[in-house]
Amino acid sequence: MTTVIEKAQATDRLVPGTPLLEVRDLHVEFKTKDGIAKAVNGVNYSVSAGETLAVLGESGSGKSVTAQTIMGILDMPPGRITSGEILFRGQDMLKMSNEERRKLRGRKIAMIFQDALSSLNPVLSVGYQLGEMFRVHEGASRKEAKAKAIELMDRVRIPAAKQRVGDYPHQFSGGMRQRIMIAMALALEPDLIIADEPTTALDVTVQAQVMDLLAELQAEYHMGLILITHDLGVVADVADKIAVMYAGRIVETAPVHELYANPAHPYTEGLLRSIPRLDQKGQELYAIQGLPPNLLKVPAGCAFNPRCDKATDLCRSEIPALHQVLDRDGAELAGRKSACHLWKETLHG
Amino acid sequence: MGRFVARRLLQMIPVFLGTTFLIFMMVRILPGDPVAAMWGDKAPDPAQLAAFTHKLGLDLPWYEQYFDYMGKLFTGNFGETMAGRQVIDVISEALPVTIRLALMAFAIEIVFGVGIGLLAGLRRGKFADKSTLVFTLILISIPVPVLGYLFQTFFADQLKWVTPTVQDSMNLGQLLLPAVVLGSLSLAYVARLSRTSIVENIRADYIRTATAKGLPRRKIIGTHLLRNSMIPVVTFLGTDLGALMGGAIVTEGIFNVKGVGNALFRAIGQKEGATVVGFVVVLVIVYLVASLIVDLLYAVLDPRIRYA
Amino acid sequence: MPDLIEKKTAAKIPAQSGSSAPAPKPEKARSLGSDAWEELRRRPIFLISAALILVLIVMTLVPGLFTSVDPRAGDLRNHYLSPPNYSHLFQADWFGYDGQGRSIYSRVVHGARASIIVGICVTAAVTLTGGFIGMLAGYFGGWMDTILSRVTDVFFGIPLLLGCLVVLNSFTERTVWSVVFALTALGWTQMARVMRGSVITVKQADYVTAAKALGASTGRIMLKHILPNAIAPVIVVATIALGGYIATEATLSFLGIGLQDPTISWGIDINSAQKVIRTAPFALFFPAGMLSLTVLAFIMMGDAVRDALDPKLR
Repeated sequence: MTTVIEKAQATDRLVPGTPLLEVRDLHVEFKTKDGIAKAVNGVNYSVSAGETLAVLGESGSGKSVTAQTIMGILDMPPGRITSGEILFRGQDMLKMSNEERRKLRGRKIAMIFQDALSSLNPVLSVGYQLGEMFRVHEGASRKEAKAKAIELMDRVRIPAAKQRVGDYPHQFSGGMRQRIMIAMALALEPDLIIADEPTTALDVTVQAQVMDLLAELQAEYHMGLILITHDLGVVADVADKIAVMYAGRIVETAPVHELYANPAHPYTEGLLRSIPRLDQKGQELYAIQGLPPNLLKVPAGCAFNPRCDKATDLCRSEIPALHQVLDRDGAELAGRKSACHLWKETLHG
Repeated sequence: MGRFVARRLLQMIPVFLGTTFLIFMMVRILPGDPVAAMWGDKAPDPAQLAAFTHKLGLDLPWYEQYFDYMGKLFTGNFGETMAGRQVIDVISEALPVTIRLALMAFAIEIVFGVGIGLLAGLRRGKFADKSTLVFTLILISIPVPVLGYLFQTFFADQLKWVTPTVQDSMNLGQLLLPAVVLGSLSLAYVARLSRTSIVENIRADYIRTATAKGLPRRKIIGTHLLRNSMIPVVTFLGTDLGALMGGAIVTEGIFNVKGVGNALFRAIGQKEGATVVGFVVVLVIVYLVASLIVDLLYAVLDPRIRYA
Repeated sequence: MPDLIEKKTAAKIPAQSGSSAPAPKPEKARSLGSDAWEELRRRPIFLISAALILVLIVMTLVPGLFTSVDPRAGDLRNHYLSPPNYSHLFQADWFGYDGQGRSIYSRVVHGARASIIVGICVTAAVTLTGGFIGMLAGYFGGWMDTILSRVTDVFFGIPLLLGCLVVLNSFTERTVWSVVFALTALGWTQMARVMRGSVITVKQADYVTAAKALGASTGRIMLKHILPNAIAPVIVVATIALGGYIATEATLSFLGIGLQDPTISWGIDINSAQKVIRTAPFALFFPAGMLSLTVLAFIMMGDAVRDALDPKLR
């Protein structure tokens, strides 16, 4: 049986630009007491080696659910994948056996979680938790695993790694704990890392250090990185492209700088306007009116229409597809798509 | 770890002194004359009563009595039974039996309790879970004496698998039935507690992390889930030792196991007040030591306690 | 209205916060209380146990409603261990006669009183004593907490049943009240610990700080702000413990150091039935069954109350 894993192992080193992951028309829903919540409604995105995709959205936009589905750690039930494909190096992971998927997890695709304190097991030493990666996936002995754990802690620049390898998560600071999470994700040099709000729980200064470390390590190994965040500020420096999600759909994708310079969706526009800026000191900060939609009762038409000041009757009746975005001359803008009936007005207006 | 042990030992000293003082005061303050009680329902002869009171030092002021009492405790003098034997001798003879019985009961409640709890917790809301809830509810509701007779009638009288009472108190096979009775109430509690704990922990973030690391399910449950879920169970086991001792009195009485509980059971039946108190004091000391051991075990399981 | 995923993650938070002792969390008492009631009314387990308890309470108050036979009148000559006559519903020989020729049915009915009084009075007494001590220790902290907590530890160091043996041993004549006293004297520690933990959690809530800042008196803060919010875990523990106290009373009476004749107690009857267990198993079965049923009713009630007050454990 030639499994995906063996094939993946054959391509030993990552070549930047190799397509790694492609999510195709993914639909995920949750069964709840009050009905079915459609958390992900036809999401498409892809990541290549060496590339960073930032997935941006408020809580409830489906960004984390998508990531958990890719990772195969979605709680099922209540979650259910209704349709779609998740291709990892060309193979649909949703069609793999549980055992095949398990072997990909941690080894080929790793994940960094938001809250390192609760995401690390409180009663096991960090050395054990790091070493476990080598013991389970590579059959390393206790001793080898410990040595590798120390090496990893060194690599993510935890001071005095050798002395601290036997310490427990609660004995580390928040930033150090997040470094341990990163080290754990990096342990087996995976092809793809999914970082779910990796810096949200940290102080601002520590945030920058952790993001820099992540970017640096990514550059070194040419991994693909999916960075899930609600914070536009975090994204700007590290991401190559951005996918903005709203109510379980991607509403806009674009190369990072183009999106900042000139958004093609009113939601993105609103998000950008709500970032505090020094040159607007003294003015009232913009906030998108209303609240994110209840996933049990998503508004008809464009899900954003009740909060959108540009909304028309068309927006209230028809769900906009993710269009290719054109420049003023009618030429396609590479990598830019928008799911807005009024993308032209938004982009060029 | 060494520091933790030292600190716990130091903390135990005031509790130990306090507890023994409390028992001393209970015996002294409460109505009823322990010496008069030695005559049972008959009226004591006043001269004999006074002589006994003096002999036992009960006419001294309370603090002198207390020091006297503590001195006796430290020299292992817990008084005499009516038959004139030293309480400590009776206990040291019977203790090995009780320890066997208690360890067996403990093993049964841990193995089956945790096993059932794990099964129910992993299948939350399913049949296995619901039947566990019903089963444990029933087990908890049946008081130990009732359960003892129920088992005795069923397994000994009806099925004739065992003799109704234990013939050889050191025989592990014969101790099995009393051990099941003794352990069953706590088994039910352990099962429920494990289930709750498993249900709570299975949704924890570190379990999600373990899954994301690609660990096999066996390892996720065995190492990550179980270890965390056992912390409240161990805490419970510590306090449960007391209930186990109370249960031992009943169980050993019913099955005629020649242990400490049985001796106490008889002492109560023969209204030997002073002996009862002597036994209880020893058992309380055993309880305190055992809870200390459980406490230390707790620290082994949870590093957050150790380094706090 | 917050969306669904938000709720999902919010619900996760308590699960992460600690794997050790379940931390009681402060919530609005009024809405919690009425929510719990709504929840309880719909649960069959609660309804069944409530009905059972109601019957037991009626049995305690007016046993004459169930039987007019004197539970203490024995007719050894005619009724020594005569077997039950199951067709004679509610009559003297329904459950047969015991070793002293007394009607088991009547004794089972009259035995409810001791169990129910002990259960309810002990629970009330330990909740008041333990709750008060726990409240003081938790609210004032400092040396007050240190002293009260050590005292609690000392009492906690004596297992309930063993301690009761010593206490009851010194009563030559034991009534229901001596048993209530013994169980309370040794049982209050559990409530004190639960209350203390609960109060410490609630004390840190913002609304308490706000009340203090507004100059509310200590007594008022304790009674109006802390107590209603800290009481839920205490109620849960108390309801579950109630069944345990009833079982302990029966065990003590069984051992011969609890209630004594002429008080009628299922525990005493179980004890006297043991001598005739092979010839007349029914003499053991009925008091034992009633006792188990009573304990079951209270434990089921406790379970239902806990589920209603603490949905996260469901």
